[in-house]
Amino acid sequence: MDDLLADFLTETHEGLVALDSALVRLERSPDDQPTLSEVFRLVHTIKGTCGFLGLSRLEAVAHAAENVLGRYRDGTLPVTPSGITLILSALDRVKAIVAGIESNGNEPVGEDAPLIAALNAAAEGEVAAVPPPVEVPQPVAVAAPVVPAAPVVAAAPPAEEHAHPVEAHAHDPAADAAAPGAGGVAAPQTIRVSVEVLENLMTLVSELVLTRNQLLQLARAHQSDAFAVPLQRLSHITSDLQEGVMKTRMQPIGNAWAKLPRLVRDLSHELGKKIELDMRGAQTELDRQVLELIRDPLTHMVRNSGDHGLESPADRRAAGKSETGRIILNAYHEGGHIIIEVGDDGRGLPVEKIRAKALANGLTTEAELAQMSEREVLAFIFAPGFSTAQQVTAVSGRGVGMDVVKTNIEKIGGTVELTSREGRGTTFTIKIPLTLAIASALIVEAGGERFALPQIGVVELVRVGAAQDGAPRIERIKDAAVLRLRDRLLPLVSLAGLLRLPPASEDEGFVAVMQVGGQAFGIILDRVFDTEEIVVKPVAPILRHITMFSGNTILGDGSVIMILDPNGIARAAGVGLDTTAEEERRGVPAVGMRSDASTALLLFRAGDGGPKAVPLGLIARLEDIPGERIEMSGLTPVVQYRGGLMPVVPLSAGWMPPGGATRQPVLVFTENDRAMGLAVEEILDVLDETLEIQPGTGRPGYIGSAVIAGRVTEVIDTAYWLAQAGEDWFRPNRPSRADATRPRLLLVEDSAFFRHLVVPALSAGGYEVTALENPVAALKLREEGVPFDAIISDIEMPGMDGIAFAQTLRAGGTWSEAPLIALSSRAEPTDVARGREAGFTDYVAKYDREALLRSLADCLSAPLAA
Amino acid sequence: MQTAIAAKAAPPAHLAAPQEEDVFLTLTVAGQACAVPVMMVRDVLGAHAITRIPLAPGEVAGSLNLRGRIVTALDLRLRLGLPARDAEAPPAMSVVVEQHGELYALLVDQVGEVVPLPARNFAANPPTLDPLWREVSKGVHRQEGQLVIALDVGRVLAIG
Repeated sequence: MDDLLADFLTETHEGLVALDSALVRLERSPDDQPTLSEVFRLVHTIKGTCGFLGLSRLEAVAHAAENVLGRYRDGTLPVTPSGITLILSALDRVKAIVAGIESNGNEPVGEDAPLIAALNAAAEGEVAAVPPPVEVPQPVAVAAPVVPAAPVVAAAPPAEEHAHPVEAHAHDPAADAAAPGAGGVAAPQTIRVSVEVLENLMTLVSELVLTRNQLLQLARAHQSDAFAVPLQRLSHITSDLQEGVMKTRMQPIGNAWAKLPRLVRDLSHELGKKIELDMRGAQTELDRQVLELIRDPLTHMVRNSGDHGLESPADRRAAGKSETGRIILNAYHEGGHIIIEVGDDGRGLPVEKIRAKALANGLTTEAELAQMSEREVLAFIFAPGFSTAQQVTAVSGRGVGMDVVKTNIEKIGGTVELTSREGRGTTFTIKIPLTLAIASALIVEAGGERFALPQIGVVELVRVGAAQDGAPRIERIKDAAVLRLRDRLLPLVSLAGLLRLPPASEDEGFVAVMQVGGQAFGIILDRVFDTEEIVVKPVAPILRHITMFSGNTILGDGSVIMILDPNGIARAAGVGLDTTAEEERRGVPAVGMRSDASTALLLFRAGDGGPKAVPLGLIARLEDIPGERIEMSGLTPVVQYRGGLMPVVPLSAGWMPPGGATRQPVLVFTENDRAMGLAVEEILDVLDETLEIQPGTGRPGYIGSAVIAGRVTEVIDTAYWLAQAGEDWFRPNRPSRADATRPRLLLVEDSAFFRHLVVPALSAGGYEVTALENPVAALKLREEGVPFDAIISDIEMPGMDGIAFAQTLRAGGTWSEAPLIALSSRAEPTDVARGREAGFTDYVAKYDREALLRSLADCLSAPLAA
Repeated sequence: MQTAIAAKAAPPAHLAAPQEEDVFLTLTVAGQACAVPVMMVRDVLGAHAITRIPLAPGEVAGSLNLRGRIVTALDLRLRLGLPARDAEAPPAMSVVVEQHGELYALLVDQVGEVVPLPARNFAANPPTLDPLWREVSKGVHRQEGQLVIALDVGRVLAIG
């Protein structure tokens, strides 16, 4: 039986029982206004619901009764016993029809016209002289072979294989038969229990499960036979109890669908499409907590299906399909999961257009695309903001918010997949755990500590070892650990490293291959024990800031164990979308150590066009700020950050702070105590690349473009964006450095890019900077007698290089005593030695702003101290 | 409220039973006697297996299982800026306190006894007290030749 119908029947039963007694009360005291209102409301509800369900016969009877009651309520018709009798007989008819629905799912055939006529007459104030008898034997049931329409419906329920735990209908035929009333109405055996009670029960059962696990572990260790049998029994009962209590928290997924028919109806009117909503498996149950979390994503997906998936009637006709499009919702259980499918028979996703758009949005490259399966291409619609571009409706347009849907589903440990056939339709398949309270986890060890790793997200476990025993080996590209797994290169993170624990043997252990948010990566573990069902408990408030853990639990042996959060690990490892300090740590030292001229670059996306880049060394931190924390100060968006106000400058025009808890990635630049945040759309990657900048088109805010990771990438002009944060941003705020006493610096650097980077940094550091592009120009200044407190020079320059420049300066002239700092991407010891020999005071790696400022401070303070 | 009354009615309070608010559990950290209101104490434990929590604030010793409930353990020595316990020293004892429905175990060197510390023997923090201690101390009780620091449990737990 349709679950909606079952719900209706339960509700109607309740309503009818209440009506019977209310009507009797009304008959006794016709002026009792509250009772009259109650009666009216009850009949109205029945009428409304059956109209919704398309039960026309029931609706007509209820409607006629409602009319009479309406007049009673309004006081335009006096309540008379004959009127009440009439209404009671209408109710009896309703019961008979309901009983018929209950027995075979359809309205029994019957003739209600005389009853309705009598009711209408009563409503008009005529005395219903002939209250028609309750027509127990239906008048000549010509076309009603199914229903015997006997007053006693000995309902052998045909479609009740799923007993509702919460609303268990008593389907004992004997009880039905014995039940009062003509229709053999079975009162539903339901009680209302507050959620709190159920939650408490759940907690207690969780404790019981833990204690049971502990006992089992003890019994295994002690081999005490005497306890074996009762323990076994205890174990079974506990499991049953757990299951039973879990069931009380379960609700049919139909509850989350209840609003969808209306939504689809409105949508079809709005869009001028004919849409049919087909909901299957609405009785499939899942934890109410999960249910609440899945409601919005589902609504969104259905709306998308109707809006973008289905074609207009004309298009459908042209495609040889029926005019009415179908949206199919289907839910069923599979393993410990519930599968929900949201499908349509619309136009399907246009693979080619998605390809083109992914390219246009800079999400991928031609080469990568060529190797992608169709499935992988389709997955682009889950990329953030995929269809926010102009051609929303022309192209599939499905991406509106699909990233949010995906994120929300992943938050509760679920996955979304998608299949699409062009012209035939699209189906999203959501897989979510039945409950969040109990999870299956791998017990693993890293750095001498045990942790629980939730199994959802773990794709496979790979044993890694020394080369000779044939197991795959962890390899290293510089410091980055990778695993060659089949044809893929899997980035690895060491759990011990992330948690700052002493790592065990590097060469032997396990790699848990994880799939988090479309990213695959491996977690290096020392050991893997077994799997255990764990009861997830939240961590204490003082530990909530550690994003690496999603909770903690007690194992069978009684020890407390932390539960790892794969999402947090992915973020901390920089595998996910947003990055953290971990990435900075990996990136920054690399700059100073490099012997070739490559630079750690942060790749991100913002505004139009392809990816953008900025040298990682210039960024103080990467933050992910909830949209609600971004406030407006006048016209400037600001965020409270580390005890101060940080202006947030959007990189793209028309940027709006995201609302609510949506997170805004922000690149943080700091100087002294001040910070400025550059709002970008998404942080993509950190790469070591040789920068070869092609001069740009003069677009403000960009220095030019470079080919990074095979893609044309615009390099942003940090100075420009810093200036956007407010003009006083560069003004030194150290009172000790009044303008008059600002040390003057000369910067000799052939690359405009570096000049752009270094000058603002130095200005902000309280220096007055003159930047020149070659030593020849600098020497001209020397001849003019311009004094400088210190000189910073590049080494590799066309024409006269830095070494020759230094030698020239030291050979004599006004600048021969000035501190001379070499700024170079070459920082090998031999280079440093060569530089010092040529007369450089210090040697600093390019991009290492902190080191440069430190070196300057040292150089400039030394003479004073001497 | 009641302490105020007790303070005013000092002479008869000698005879009266001590108010519950005035009953403390004494404990020792690195030789210093401290006290926590007995009303907040849920349990006192001997040596207990504690799971370390990586990345947690330094004062957090880890978490332990108290009859199926997870208790976060704080090392009171570290919280008070005192040197860590010697490796050979007898294992720490735990005083389990409850705050906002969460259980916390304070690791201490020794647990003393439950004693009434009447309000009339109470003195405010001396201004010279270490700022870290001043933050977590409600005041000082003079008790038979020793000074007992009345710990403000809420403040002690306010870390991270």
